[in-house]
Amino acid sequence: MLIYLLRRLAFAVALVFTVSSASLLLTRMAPGDYATEALGVGGGRARVEEMRARYGLNRPIVEQYRAWLAGALHFDFGRSFAYDRPVADLIPQRAANTAILAVTALAAATLVGLPLGIVSGARSRGTLTALIRTGSIALLSMPPLLTSLLLVFIAARTGWFPIGGMRTGASSSVDIVDLLRHLVVPASALALPIAAMFERLQSQAMREVVGQPYVLAALARGVPRSRVLWRDALKAALRPIASVYGLVVGTLLSGSFAVEIITTWPGLGSLMLEALRARDVYLVAGCAATGSVFLACGTLLSDAALALVDPRARE
Amino acid sequence: MTRRLGLLLVLIAVVAAVTAPILAPHATDDKFPGLLNAPPTLPHVIDESGSWRAPFIYPWTLADRLVQRYEQDRTIRVPLVWFSGGHAVGSSGEARAPLLLLGADSYGRDVFSRLLFGARVSLGLSILAALGSVMIGGLVGAVAGYAGGTADDVLMRGTDVVMVLPAMYVALALRSVLPLVLAPFTVFVFLGLIFAMVGAPFISRGVRGIVRSERGLEYAVAAASLGAGHVRILARHLLPATRGFIAVEMTMLVPAFIVGEATLSYVGLGFPEPVSSWGTMLHDASSLRIADFPWLLSPAVAIFLFVLGLNLVLQDGREGLGYERPL
Repeated sequence: MLIYLLRRLAFAVALVFTVSSASLLLTRMAPGDYATEALGVGGGRARVEEMRARYGLNRPIVEQYRAWLAGALHFDFGRSFAYDRPVADLIPQRAANTAILAVTALAAATLVGLPLGIVSGARSRGTLTALIRTGSIALLSMPPLLTSLLLVFIAARTGWFPIGGMRTGASSSVDIVDLLRHLVVPASALALPIAAMFERLQSQAMREVVGQPYVLAALARGVPRSRVLWRDALKAALRPIASVYGLVVGTLLSGSFAVEIITTWPGLGSLMLEALRARDVYLVAGCAATGSVFLACGTLLSDAALALVDPRARE
Repeated sequence: MTRRLGLLLVLIAVVAAVTAPILAPHATDDKFPGLLNAPPTLPHVIDESGSWRAPFIYPWTLADRLVQRYEQDRTIRVPLVWFSGGHAVGSSGEARAPLLLLGADSYGRDVFSRLLFGARVSLGLSILAALGSVMIGGLVGAVAGYAGGTADDVLMRGTDVVMVLPAMYVALALRSVLPLVLAPFTVFVFLGLIFAMVGAPFISRGVRGIVRSERGLEYAVAAASLGAGHVRILARHLLPATRGFIAVEMTMLVPAFIVGEATLSYVGLGFPEPVSSWGTMLHDASSLRIADFPWLLSPAVAIFLFVLGLNLVLQDGREGLGYERPL
């Protein structure tokens, strides 16, 4: 078990390293750089050159990469050109915001999707099953891009929930109630499609398990139906969800990108988009690294969960 | 039943895309400067006095320029004309009262026409990209599954890494390699390539599994012992076994790519402005006043219906497995 987790940890570290390096090199390779983007067309050659020299953009790509790597080893990810602050100062706040959004959405999706999936998987007929199934299929066809547009539209029409940003006004104090009210629209936009996916997966797994002879045997012995379902069958049916949790982190990040842009939630996705547009190389690499840390944590957790639910996964 | 509905939805979208130049009343860049963000002109058949008429529309008159509020001019009836000027339907008074079935966008362009033409770009891009994914993924999966050993390990590790990454960020990072503003055709090719690469691992993983398990079956062994070469065994015997899987996977990739295009265009990294795709149209819906102009969300509805159609087709296919259920 320990060796298995260690191996997965090595994979995670390699992932973070590869992703951040790749994004740094990709952004660096792109035509134009921070100097040309910031100064615009009328910048003039001399001023562009001067600015490049100031930010170290005139160095060869290999040397720039080596310097960045050396810094990254002791958590110095370079300075953001646009914000003129160290990247390591900028990211934690944004990353925390994305984490709040993603964790809330994941929790909500699990709390809603799993029980509904068990209910609809245990009975193959009935109005309730049909209703849940219809709802899920409809929501599955609505990625976060669409759900957030729809929810923003509804919120704007009805005024039930605030849209845009994380807090009302410019107050810097953290007001939990205000934050939660702002969280409703983006978090549900992100959670709804994932809840639908969980419901479908769980429903399918449940149906397979319920068809197994041991469930029939337990029923034949007179074990109450609800107990067989919620204790015995559920345990066996958790496997698909546990194995999909790792991939869901990727889906969450992809989805939260769209949600953050549309609901102007100040998270990692919107920061990275800004940085990409401004060709702020170190900030892009920093965002990518943070994103891949999330991803690595997610896959690690899901591996651990899978190993817990299904001993075969440890091999 | 639901499957039929799904097929119908997909078919409507495809027909709309193919026949866009005929069905659409206007070109994608026809602008009506007096009708910025004008609401839809619904065809009526009963006029003010309650008598039946041939389908007609009421023109909009600007009531408030600042908030772009329009009022129907009930005194004038503008009849519709059918099959004239190469369009299936249009208004008889184009300049004064154009037929805007889904309203106008912030440039005063017909949303309905742009939606039809947008279907060409969005559907074309995603279907071609999905085919690209099948080519790349199929090749990688076939080689990995057939060769086994080190090649298999290396290819599948790479696949695992790409699969676990958030697809949207990968697409975003790759897109940023090229300049922000590009010609539409370049964007089309480039986005197609990006999507094909992002989608390929999902194909290759499944193809590898199928090829690997089929390789040991009697028919494949029989073919090999009859002297068939590797390529022949793969192409004639093993890969046909993946058809079902690939069909299912395609119906999952196409919606993902449609949404990918929409997201990239929404944030301004997709197609440039005059091009109409469902994504660039959604970009217009990003204004904070969306609550007043709900018709700008019609590309979102189009995406939803098309994806729903594909999901319905897929869902019933899976349902047919028929488990024995005692409960």
